[in-house]
Amino acid sequence: MAVTIKLPAQLRDAAGGASEATADGGTVGEVLDALYARHGELRERLAGDDGELRRFVNVYVKGEDIRFLDGLATPVADGDEVTILPAVAGG
Amino acid sequence: MKGFASRSLPPLHPGGEEIREMPAEALKCKECSTTYPLEARYVCERCFGPLEVAYRRPTHPPSDPAELKRRIQAGPGTLWRYADFLPVERVPRASLPTGLTPLVRADRLAERLGIGELWIKNETANPTHSFKDRVVSIALARAVELGFDTVACASTGNLAGAVAAHAAYAGLPAYVFIPADLEPEKILSTGAYGAQIVAVEGNYDAVNRLCTEVSGEREGWAFVNVNVRPYYAEGSKTLAFETAEQLGWEIPDRVVAPIASGSLFTKVARGFQEFIDAGLVGGGVPAMHGAQAEGCSPVAQAYAAGTDVCRPVKPDTIAKSLAIGNPADGPYAVELARRTGGSVDAVSDDEIRAGIRLLAETTGIFTETAGGVTTAVLAKLAERGEIDRGERVVAYITGDGLKTLDCVRGTFAVAEIEPRFEAFEDALGARV
Repeated sequence: MAVTIKLPAQLRDAAGGASEATADGGTVGEVLDALYARHGELRERLAGDDGELRRFVNVYVKGEDIRFLDGLATPVADGDEVTILPAVAGG
Repeated sequence: MKGFASRSLPPLHPGGEEIREMPAEALKCKECSTTYPLEARYVCERCFGPLEVAYRRPTHPPSDPAELKRRIQAGPGTLWRYADFLPVERVPRASLPTGLTPLVRADRLAERLGIGELWIKNETANPTHSFKDRVVSIALARAVELGFDTVACASTGNLAGAVAAHAAYAGLPAYVFIPADLEPEKILSTGAYGAQIVAVEGNYDAVNRLCTEVSGEREGWAFVNVNVRPYYAEGSKTLAFETAEQLGWEIPDRVVAPIASGSLFTKVARGFQEFIDAGLVGGGVPAMHGAQAEGCSPVAQAYAAGTDVCRPVKPDTIAKSLAIGNPADGPYAVELARRTGGSVDAVSDDEIRAGIRLLAETTGIFTETAGGVTTAVLAKLAERGEIDRGERVVAYITGDGLKTLDCVRGTFAVAEIEPRFEAFEDALGARV
């Protein structure tokens, strides 16, 4: 199932300059693994040694933070949009 | 000791802006220590950790404490007196006078709570009535140096007003993004400055996410709390600098401050640490006590659970200025509270209203909901016996009650009478 992944400006050089990528997978984790398979550098930027996302990496499925869903096990469907963004403090 | 009233002091460099060596040296990742040039960037490309300003040592600040103290005291009556500790190349020739807000001795509140010595840092005295004028002052000065021509922000309200006002003074267009359900007072007092308000259907975290995306696509826009955030955040250090100077170059034993993103909380501690490192004050960083609303308490929950993982929450509280469910500096705030012997507490909406009332009745300072949170947590700490009678405590009241008026509506009675003496006597004569 093809999912669109929106990449923040900070990651585009590691993905050949693209702002979006498509990848297959049934969960967020599978989609990210497919992305890492194509762009190896993204794995070390986004994930720690344990394979979990680094603590300042935010991932959204259709606009919802995956920490409110099932994390990396959150299911995705064909045509869904996954957005990766750095955490930013506000106020 | 009384608070300063020194806004009329002559500027440090009358007639022009100061050209000097930039005190800052680099941006540095708080997670992996990778360094970057002093540009508009806020996130580490290697690990996505937040970037923070690193200063030249030991030349900045100057290494002679007596000389440094003289420089500060001879400086302007604004936060720019601490320019040796701030990340700008030039001290702006003119800007909305921000900082050096009163540090008010709160004896009646102290007595009510059983605290020996209590001071209120009254941030309602800033140009747009909140501490956000501090962070915006630094962000805007740096944004101009970096060549930006438009300023923007994601805001829970107070930042919106500060960005709008400082941009108006500087003559820059401003775009402020806010949750659509913000208090009307905050929307009205922002729009009055001519900023373009963008009301986003969603909570602050949705607004923040949108702004993070927009900032990646709009070159020329300085989002004060996104792409120039490392500079912006430094402004909160001046809360600590002023406190120490106003206490006669001493550091309080305990501090109570609100936590939304955790930026102010952590930067206040950093400010005290920088003054200690510079030899301006003795002692150590105060015990840092953070204050959150129960309806949005990811940092307090992490603290209580003994972890530094701040699980995001969906905010539901009257303290909208603190309603950040996904606080980026949360892990650092938890670690700081633990390291300094402080805590992070949360209070209910009713306790927040009571806190607003308590502060107003005992100090004459009317605060918005965030100040109600801070006061309520202060009361809780006192009740728990965490504050020793011999200790000096400072509470940071970060915003003005005029911006959240609905919270006090209906909490007191108004005697409505005809314009006759007898009517007055009938209504209140027995009481006065």
